[in-house]
Amino acid sequence: MLLQSLSEACGLSGNEAEVRNLILKEVQGLVDEHRIDTLGNLITLKRCSNTGAARPRRVMIAAHMDEVGLMVTHIEKSGHLRFSKVGVLDDRTLLSKVVLVGNDRVPGVIGAKPIHLLKEKERHQVVETDQMYIDIGTSSREETERTVKRGDYVAFATRFSRLEGGLVKGKAFDDRAGCAALIELLRGRDSYPFDLYGVFTVQEEVGLRGARVAAYAVEPDYAFAFEGTVCDDSPKKKDLSPTTVLGGGPAITLADRSFFADKRLVKLLVETAEKNGIPYQFKQPMVGATDAGRIHLAREGVPSAAVAVPCRYIHSPVNILSLSDFENLIRLMSLSLVALPTLWPLP
Amino acid sequence: MEAKELLLKLAEASGISGYEHEPREILREELKAYADEILVDPMGSLIAIKKGNRRRGEGGEPHRIMLAGHLDEIGLMVTKIEKGYLRFTQVGGFDLRVLPGQEVVVHGTTPLPGVIGCWPPHLLTEEEREKVTPMDELFIDVGLDEKRAAELVQVGDLASINRQAVSLKEDIVAGKAFDDRASVVAIVECFKHLATAMHAWDVYGVATVQEETGYLGAITSAFRLFPDLAIAIDVSHADMPGVPESETILLGKGPGIALGANIHPKIHERLVQTAKSLEIPFQIEPYPGATGTDAWAIQVTREGIPTGLLDIPLRYMHTSVETLSVADVQRAGRLLASFIAGLEDKKFLEFEHASSIAF
Repeated sequence: MLLQSLSEACGLSGNEAEVRNLILKEVQGLVDEHRIDTLGNLITLKRCSNTGAARPRRVMIAAHMDEVGLMVTHIEKSGHLRFSKVGVLDDRTLLSKVVLVGNDRVPGVIGAKPIHLLKEKERHQVVETDQMYIDIGTSSREETERTVKRGDYVAFATRFSRLEGGLVKGKAFDDRAGCAALIELLRGRDSYPFDLYGVFTVQEEVGLRGARVAAYAVEPDYAFAFEGTVCDDSPKKKDLSPTTVLGGGPAITLADRSFFADKRLVKLLVETAEKNGIPYQFKQPMVGATDAGRIHLAREGVPSAAVAVPCRYIHSPVNILSLSDFENLIRLMSLSLVALPTLWPLP
Repeated sequence: MEAKELLLKLAEASGISGYEHEPREILREELKAYADEILVDPMGSLIAIKKGNRRRGEGGEPHRIMLAGHLDEIGLMVTKIEKGYLRFTQVGGFDLRVLPGQEVVVHGTTPLPGVIGCWPPHLLTEEEREKVTPMDELFIDVGLDEKRAAELVQVGDLASINRQAVSLKEDIVAGKAFDDRASVVAIVECFKHLATAMHAWDVYGVATVQEETGYLGAITSAFRLFPDLAIAIDVSHADMPGVPESETILLGKGPGIALGANIHPKIHERLVQTAKSLEIPFQIEPYPGATGTDAWAIQVTREGIPTGLLDIPLRYMHTSVETLSVADVQRAGRLLASFIAGLEDKKFLEFEHASSIAF
């Protein structure tokens, strides 16, 4: 399953090559052209079905390849690795996890002082990342340096698997779910009445940086971001409206911390969903940020929207999504794209 | 099975205190080749017996030695099904700090993979990020709706950590439940060595149950066997950053030979001599009081049993990434076998002037 190989691939912000190569292998036969830009974005193009058009309209769909994780900052004399976070992670999810260090995937564990040795007050104290370390089983700095160096990226070793009821768990669904959906969308139809740029971006988790330059280069008329987004429908102490609900259908963003979605595109998505009986939901406004936040500011501005697969526990070592949301996102987008030209201003 | 293979297999099996069936069956199968007899006592502890194959110097009935390593592991238990999510309590002592984002298997009508939920950092306030989540705010997500969850799970079902063990290096492995399956493997290693050795004492290898909830298997099996000498094998904290050296022994430098009130001094002495003569690396491990192991219970059984304790160095105890050196496990097994092969009479256990004490 494509989502599985994408989820288990490692590609932290700035080191997306493994994911990119995997995606490239999948999309090569599906697109007319592709290029990799200077930051590492993979920009693919499906040419307009109407070959006579002088300057076909351009639609860009972005999904980011990078994931959150850790980076080695120091090697202790004892051989243990100190690290910093790449992207936003909750310190409290890191202890007692298996990780893969560097491109050679050296296995390691994030150890924790045993409960037996904790002082009472330590038990209630969150361990911050600067006090944590990774143990790769070595006993000296020299030995560690044979397989690991400062600056190596560290990914979670979470395996992908199916749960009950059409759910799957794995890591990095934010945004490999978006990448997988974009690939399936490209596979679904030979061409559209516009140039379709499927863009697999880099460095979203460290500031939406890949999308920014890709949108500048592509110069799209309309844009969409595909995301694996916050899903917090699990129990909580205070009663808050959830951001999204698992299994509730693709989540359409109205507004988040990075942009206000284009109203025409949102209307198109909603109408398409209703006409075709595809479940959908609105993401709780003002939570999170996506590549669309940068794309809509490219050059003179690009009308943009974001649609997402709800994923529980994103930005932690293990995520859960519903395959029905994933498939409905692909269906919704594929039908919406066909209807997209109705938005073109009259010539 | 090689020690490492057996260790990983036993550790990946689920055997929470009181529910040790799965690792027990793996162990029973493995010990068949080396034991004269295997039985399971009413509490569930597995007892493997190997009779002595030579006569003691002074003759008489064979003496008996008991080896004890515990079979159970800490785990979780479902207390409530809430909208399909599972609230839980713990069996044994987990560290709350390591639970969020941990994968588990819920042992319902069928085994259900799940995760312990955690909030995405996007939604957390600064204050929340700095607070360890109390157990009553944590939950297990098995991806089921309320109706299906009620069909497959009931209150009281257990959940164990879902962790495939991983080799960090050839000899260094990480995983769950090495506390105390590592010691169980050391006992198997000892039995393997004894298969080709001459020994006068009968050997009772016991995989005890419910250690994590109060040494229950050790209490009952020691009462039943009432051996002439007992050695418990357990794990002990190995060196790790942030922990003073005084509280740890070193990983990969051989088993710790315990010393203190819980330990019969002559057993300590003899274990040290044996290790030295075989050039098996070892470490001295002082315990000022309770050892927190089966040895603590065994020592005060019936009229008292001369008891010793071997410790396998282990990092990150009671997490899902407990880390150890397989060589240390093998060394413990070899040390035990040589210790047993060298046993003749019980005189060495007598304290000075013991015979003058009048009863």
